[in-house]
Amino acid sequence: MCLAIPAKLVEKKGIQGLAEIGGVKREVDLRMLEDIKVGDYIIIHAGFAIQKLDTEEAEETLEMLREIAKY
Amino acid sequence: MKYIDEYYDKKVCRTLTEKIERKSKGREIVLMEVCGTHTMSIFRNGIKDLLPENIRVISGPGCPVCVTPNSSIDQAIALSRLDGVCITTFGDMMKVPGSSTSLIKERGRQADVRIVYSPTDAVKIAEQNPDKMVIFLGIGFETTAPIVAASLIDAFNKGLENYFILPSNKLIPPAIKSLLESGETKIDGFLLPGHVSVIIGIKPYQFISEDYNVSGAIAGFEPVDIMYAIHRLVEMIVSDSPAIENCYKRTVKSEGNRIAKKLMEEVFEICSSEWRGLGIMPESGLGIKDKYKRFDAIKNIQVDVEETKEHTGCLCGDVLRGVITPLDCLLFGSVCKPENPVGPCMVSTEGTCAAYYRYADYRR
Repeated sequence: MCLAIPAKLVEKKGIQGLAEIGGVKREVDLRMLEDIKVGDYIIIHAGFAIQKLDTEEAEETLEMLREIAKY
Repeated sequence: MKYIDEYYDKKVCRTLTEKIERKSKGREIVLMEVCGTHTMSIFRNGIKDLLPENIRVISGPGCPVCVTPNSSIDQAIALSRLDGVCITTFGDMMKVPGSSTSLIKERGRQADVRIVYSPTDAVKIAEQNPDKMVIFLGIGFETTAPIVAASLIDAFNKGLENYFILPSNKLIPPAIKSLLESGETKIDGFLLPGHVSVIIGIKPYQFISEDYNVSGAIAGFEPVDIMYAIHRLVEMIVSDSPAIENCYKRTVKSEGNRIAKKLMEEVFEICSSEWRGLGIMPESGLGIKDKYKRFDAIKNIQVDVEETKEHTGCLCGDVLRGVITPLDCLLFGSVCKPENPVGPCMVSTEGTCAAYYRYADYRR
């Protein structure tokens, strides 16, 4: 039930937004996030963005994992 | 899809498998995941087959539908039978058998039961149907609780008088504590639920390593996320340095989500709660604060609830504590199947029995 997926915010009007994942768009409530802007990746659960995806952390993790894979 | 596909890298998974095997040196290690979404991902992606024989991953009480006791389901069913009531719920609850029937069977008998994607959809139904009492079944852990809270705040601000919730939200850390306290199952490390952690952060888990010398790793949900978290757990266990580590940093912040926690604090207060398999645990559930008590279906809608009965032979409670696997239950796969489930762990798409049945993991 705690399934939540990363999606890209494509529209924002106050606390209401439109997020896109795999070409599908759907409404999302943004009230739980501060400083969120169009183009950000957000984690959506039950119609709410519960966190902004930290793209820098994501890249760092991927880089570290790729390093691991070298050994 | 971006930020999903990258975490399915086979080469990384293979390397992590080798590392886990090398580091664990044949030592028997038991890890428990406490999240239904992890259960499904582990089975769907064949994680158990990637791990060496000495590393066992068992499921704990991480499926909200599964830990909801029969008494709560009976209450929802009783409410659904009242004239003028519309039950709204996440789809997982529909087929869960209560003492004698389920919501889906009641819908077949003309009860107004609707599946919603979000409690805010339930608020909309209440607005559009002022002649109905619309009740949302507040099932779920900390990931869902702030969203249920937001729906109550919306209903409050709109002055709605026909929106209610059946408060059954539960908290994960007390369940982990109860398992550690009982010592019934040997657990060397916990794979901690990523999206619960998005809300609560790291601190609420610190007792696991500080008081019980057991490690925990907050994990994401793609195969690489899970394998990496297991790899870190094995390292911590083998080096005897228990700690709580965040292995899902792209999504989980140490402090959690401040606004979400505030929404929960505004609406809910911590109370005792009954869990299937774990019994009544103090400070493990969320009740509604006085300011919002007019939205509490239990306190405001009179209904007779049938006497709660447990299903004969059902061992879901033991499965939820990790004491047995579904294969140890006589009903599993014989009378209890997804098309005719006896217990909730076979009903929910995130239930351990459903995962075993669907992915045919008959390895003991």
